[in-house]
Order: sequence, then C-alpha cells, then structure tokens
Amino acid sequence: MLRRALRLGLGPGLLGRGLGTHREGSTLAWDGKVSEIKKKIQSILPGGAWSPLCDTSHLPPEHSDVVIVGGGVLGLSVAYWLKRLEKQQGAIRVLVVERDHTYSQASTVLSVGGIRQQFSLPENIQLSLFSVEFLRNINEYLAVVDDPPLDLQFNPSGYLFLASEEGATIMENNVKVQRPTHFSRQEGAKVCLMSPEQLQKKFPWINTEGVALASYGLENEGWFDPWCLLQGLRRKVQSMGVLFCHGEVTRFVSSSNHMETTSGEKVTLRRIHEVHVKVDRSQEYQPVECAIVVIAAGAWSGQIAELAGIGKGPPGTLQGTRLPVEPRKRYVYLWHCPQGPGLEAPLVADPSGAYFRREGLGNNYLGGYSPTEEEEPDPGNLEVDHDFFQEKVWPHLARRVPAFETLKVRRAWAGYYDYNTFDQNGVVGPHPLVVNMYFATGFSGHGLQQAPAVGRAVAEVMLEGRFQTIDLSPFLFSRFYLGEKAQEHCII
Amino acid sequence: MAAPRASLRLVAPVWNGGTSGIRGLSRAVDPEGSPRKGRTLLRFLADRFYDVEAVREYLLQKQVLKVLQKNRSFTYIKERYGPYVAGAYFILKQGGAVKFQDKEWMRPNGRGLSGELWKLREVPVEAVDASGCAINYQGLDNLLALKELQSLSLQCCPHVDDWCLSRLHQLANSLRELSLAGCPRISERGLACLHHLQNLRRLDISDLPAVSNPGLTQILVEEMLPNCEVLGADWAQGLKLGPEEQTRDTASSPIPA
Repeated sequence: MLRRALRLGLGPGLLGRGLGTHREGSTLAWDGKVSEIKKKIQSILPGGAWSPLCDTSHLPPEHSDVVIVGGGVLGLSVAYWLKRLEKQQGAIRVLVVERDHTYSQASTVLSVGGIRQQFSLPENIQLSLFSVEFLRNINEYLAVVDDPPLDLQFNPSGYLFLASEEGATIMENNVKVQRPTHFSRQEGAKVCLMSPEQLQKKFPWINTEGVALASYGLENEGWFDPWCLLQGLRRKVQSMGVLFCHGEVTRFVSSSNHMETTSGEKVTLRRIHEVHVKVDRSQEYQPVECAIVVIAAGAWSGQIAELAGIGKGPPGTLQGTRLPVEPRKRYVYLWHCPQGPGLEAPLVADPSGAYFRREGLGNNYLGGYSPTEEEEPDPGNLEVDHDFFQEKVWPHLARRVPAFETLKVRRAWAGYYDYNTFDQNGVVGPHPLVVNMYFATGFSGHGLQQAPAVGRAVAEVMLEGRFQTIDLSPFLFSRFYLGEKAQEHCII
Repeated sequence: MAAPRASLRLVAPVWNGGTSGIRGLSRAVDPEGSPRKGRTLLRFLADRFYDVEAVREYLLQKQVLKVLQKNRSFTYIKERYGPYVAGAYFILKQGGAVKFQDKEWMRPNGRGLSGELWKLREVPVEAVDASGCAINYQGLDNLLALKELQSLSLQCCPHVDDWCLSRLHQLANSLRELSLAGCPRISERGLACLHHLQNLRRLDISDLPAVSNPGLTQILVEEMLPNCEVLGADWAQGLKLGPEEQTRDTASSPIPA
C-alpha cells in the first residue's frame, strides 16, 4: 500500500514527463521484485507451499556444473583432476552420482589390481607410465591434512609375459615400442626379453615348454590394492569440495539443434540440460541442471549412453553409432599351493591366456583366464562357476607351473570388465554429436591401472578443449563410426 | 578411521624441539603422543577455517619440496667429473660416507668436502654408507650410476621404500652387501624384488617395522636368495610359545606375540 502511494506521489505529476519512461521501466522491475518477495513470504507463512518438515538434503543439488555418472576409480579420477586443474579454486561444481555406495559390483574393487607398461599401443604405455608415477607419489597427490598416509600395498614384482612361436615377433615389436628409445623423454618401460634358457634359470618353477620368448617388466610393474586407491581418491575429492550423490541416473533431458556442415549435410547436435537422478529405493528423483556430463559408469556405460540417446538413429550413420561397451564377467580364483613359486614370482601371463600372481606370504595365488567369445559367461549376475576353473584354468596353470598340479581353491569371485567390443581399448573424450558429453570408460580390464592418467586427460579436454599431456586421439568416440580400430595386442 | 591417526609428516615438526634434523624422522612416522594438545588445536582450526587449512597445506608442501631439493640430480658434476664423483658428492652432501676403490672412507667433515674428491674421476666407488640420509626414489638415480658398487648401507633411511628397492636391480652385477635395517617404509613386498641381486652375499633386513611377518619373511627371502647370508629376524620371532615353554621362559627376553 505504501509502495503504491509512493509511486503515485512520485509519478509524472511531480518530476515531469521526461523521466516518465525511465521511471516506468524501473517501477516495473521493482514491481516484479516486490511480487516475488510477497510470494516467498506467503509461502513461508502457514498455509503456504513451503514446508519446513520437508527435507531435501538427501537429494542431490539442483544445479551442478559437471555431473559424473559413476563413482568408481575412473569417475573419481576425473573429479580429482577437474578440481586440481581448475583455474580458480572452487570454480567448478562437480557432482558424482554413484548407484551403489558399497561398490559391491564395481569393477574397481573386484579387480586383481595389476599395473603394467607392457602394451603395444604407445598411448597405453604412456598412460600406464603416468599412472605408476601417480601411485608412487600418491601421498603427495592425495594428501589430506591430518589424515594418515595411504599405503597402497604395492608389490613391485613385475609382469612376465610368455609368448609361443607365433607370438614371439609381436612381442619383440611390442618391447621395441615400450623401451625408452621410442619416447622423446628418457623414460620408457624397463622391460627385458628372456630366452627359454634364461627363463628357466631365473624362475626354476616354470615349465618352458612351448615358450619361445618371455618379456619381463623390471620396474614400475606389479599389483596393488585398488580399494585403497579408491578410498584415497574419495577422501581427497571430498576434501576438495566434490559432492557425492547416492542415486541412479534415469533420464537425460536434452535439446537439439539442427545445423548444416559446410558441405550441406544436415547434422543434429544435442546438448544435455538436465540429468534426472533417482534416489535409491524410492521413486523420488531430482532433476540436476548441468553443463557437462561425464560417463564413467564402467560396465553399465552402454546402458547410460542409450539413455542419452547415443545410438538412436539409422545404422551406419554417426547418429546410429552406439557406444560398444558391455559388461563381461570374469572370474578370479584364489588358491593355496604349498610348493608353489616363492616370493619372487611376478604376475605370469601364459600364451594361452591364463594368468596368476602371488598373494601374500602364505603360498596363496590369484589367477584367472579370459574365456573365448563362445564361452563367455552370462553377465546377468556375479555368480562364480567353479567348473570353469577345473576345465579351463587349471590345465593351463598346471602345464606352465608343475607345482600347481596340487592346489586347493580357497575362494573365488567374479567381476565385470567394461568390455569394449570394438577394440578392447578405452573410450575417452567428447561425443561428436552430443556436445557436452564426455566418456571415460570401456577399458576392458586395464581401466584401474590407467585411471589416474585418463582422469587427467579427460579433465584437460573439458577445461582446455584438447589433450595436452598425453594425446589420446586414437581413443575418441569417433573411431567407432570411422572404423579405425586402436587394437591392443597385449590383453589379458 | 579405525587406524591410528599418524599425521602426514615428513620431518619432525618444528615446534617439537627435541627431534631435529633427519635422524628423528623414523620416530616421526610412528604415531606420537607428546605434541597432542598442539596438534588437536591446529586440527580444530584447520577443520573450521580455510586459511589455517591453506597454511598447513603450504607447510606440508614445503617439507615435501625440501626432500625433493636434497634429491636433485647433479647433472653438471656428472658431466664434468663423471658418475662416480657425482654419486659420491650426492652421498657426502646428504651426510653419508663413501669409499672409493683402494682408498679410505670419506666422510663429510664440518668445513665442507675435501678437495681430493674432484681428483678421483676414474676411480670407481666401492662402498656407500647412506645410513640415515634422506634419499628417495629420485635421489637413487645418483647411486645407480655407480656400476661397481659392492656394498650399500641404507640403514634407517626414512624415505627408502618398496619402490626404491625395485630399482636396485641395476646394481645386480656388482652388489655384494646390502643393509636395509631400520627403514620404516620397507615391507616384504619390496624385499620380493631383491631376487635380481644374484651376487648378493650379505643382506641385513633386521628391524623393519613395516614387515608384517618378520620370521616368515626371513625364511622366504632365504629361499629366494640361496647364496646369500640373510641377517634379520630370528625365524622363531612371531611364533607363540607353547604353554610349558612359556612358563620356562618368563625370565628371558620377551617374544612379540
């Protein structure tokens, strides 16, 4: 009332017409503000819409700059590097959405935990080299004031790859790529090639029948505790201000933009505006308005990509290219063998595909075998098939290490590989059509060991627009459409 | 967290007047009880004020940088005087002792390094005593260039950990004697990569607090290096005595359970 009276009083009658339009404009804005304030007051008073008993603190925030779908080691690594590389502290709001806070099915914690540089693609080697440097200095990277230092339980015992006659030339070529002379910096992988005689002398418990060549990683290779890395990342990332949300992504709300390329082709670019996050065990969901979405959902990235509409289009076009990442179940068995290899045993990878490593001091060993395409188990659940060990894994192990003929399986578990059916290498970087979506997934069993470096690469692409330290252009999404495989020959 | 809250420190804190320098580092890694009150107040403040947290992080960074500075590589000396002199210079700077072939042990005297060092360009280094020095993974570069090194002592080095041990394979041809006693960060996982050192004849792995099972580790290391004499834990350490032996041995030295 007072407002209205004042306005009438100060109207054209008092100050002249010249200022009339200006004043009208400002009174309108002032009017709008007043009505907003009035609405708020009305809602707070009894009978209004706002209820103090209704608590929304369990829901994720309504706005976030970056939403990372998936809270495993890759998602947390991207979050860490985003917060570390941002120009101003606190500039970027990051939300990590994780469906399962116990990580009961996450590939990270069920993994064997190995890290190696013995790859065939130089990009993979560089990723592993940086990741091992990150792990070595983990207490400098992930230091949180007043928290105890992390102990990754790293075993620097190395990887031993055995090759038969057919694989020997490939192995030699790979080692040439891995050695320092290939890189401009002094570093490279320290790998030595061994003949069967040298192998027998060094590791007398190996049966070198059928082995033509062996490559042994001397430094920076081994295995570690992935749970510790995950918790360290989580702790650090929380201290840097990243928000966590326990929920599931159910929907992406996006808008399309029809554009034409220079050659006249019609392209539909899409931009995601909102991510609907459904709270666990409830129908409640929160639409989170976001600027960028990162898919780091591991084995379920294919499903999330479908939700975002990737792959919905005529086959053979860029729109119709799906993200070819699907879950594949892999078994890991833990057995005890009293006469088995001693403390010096590395992670041995047989040419048949079986692998094993020492676990602890009590003559226990972990190992497994990647099945062929026809024998792939059903990835619906994580039940272990013990017959698989008897029929497929044990014969190869016993053949390679005669002491393993008498062993007793103590435990076994199964985990998922986020298997890239195209070329078994990761998918990193932006999607060509969905403008604000980035991928960090599909590493098919070597995601854990490359996670720190991949996180940094994705953060660089998001912040600077291109890869700066390690060039991962062979791992972009567009290769699925163009058909350019970045095939890795050294896959366990 | 259930684990004891040992704070992240590299050197003993400045206000803890007693432990100064590097020698007190091994103790600083264990959880300490005495500066409890001061630490709690700082923690309280750091939890509530960004400025205090930033200051503490800055101080932590400074400590890290101090160790890195000590372990920088002396490329100029290496180019001018050769790898042996560079390695010896590095060790002497850190406070250790060096023995060149056919010469006496050289220790850093108070007034600086002796002038003779610069004349020993072609003489290989035979033995290095780096006990208590702040050598870390980077600093080990200087040592690994000494290809005729026969005896290396890394006793009570606070920054030597499993990663450093994995680099020692480069000295496999010449190394005969290695001592790792008292290093707080070495565990049995690092000891597993000593199997490259086939010429090793004497290995001292006593008093390693991070090794979970000293007796069992001793046995496994002995099996791994059959030609080497391994000093360390007694294999019975860690075993529980039977009831009749317990009553008999009440007067003898305590066995950790």
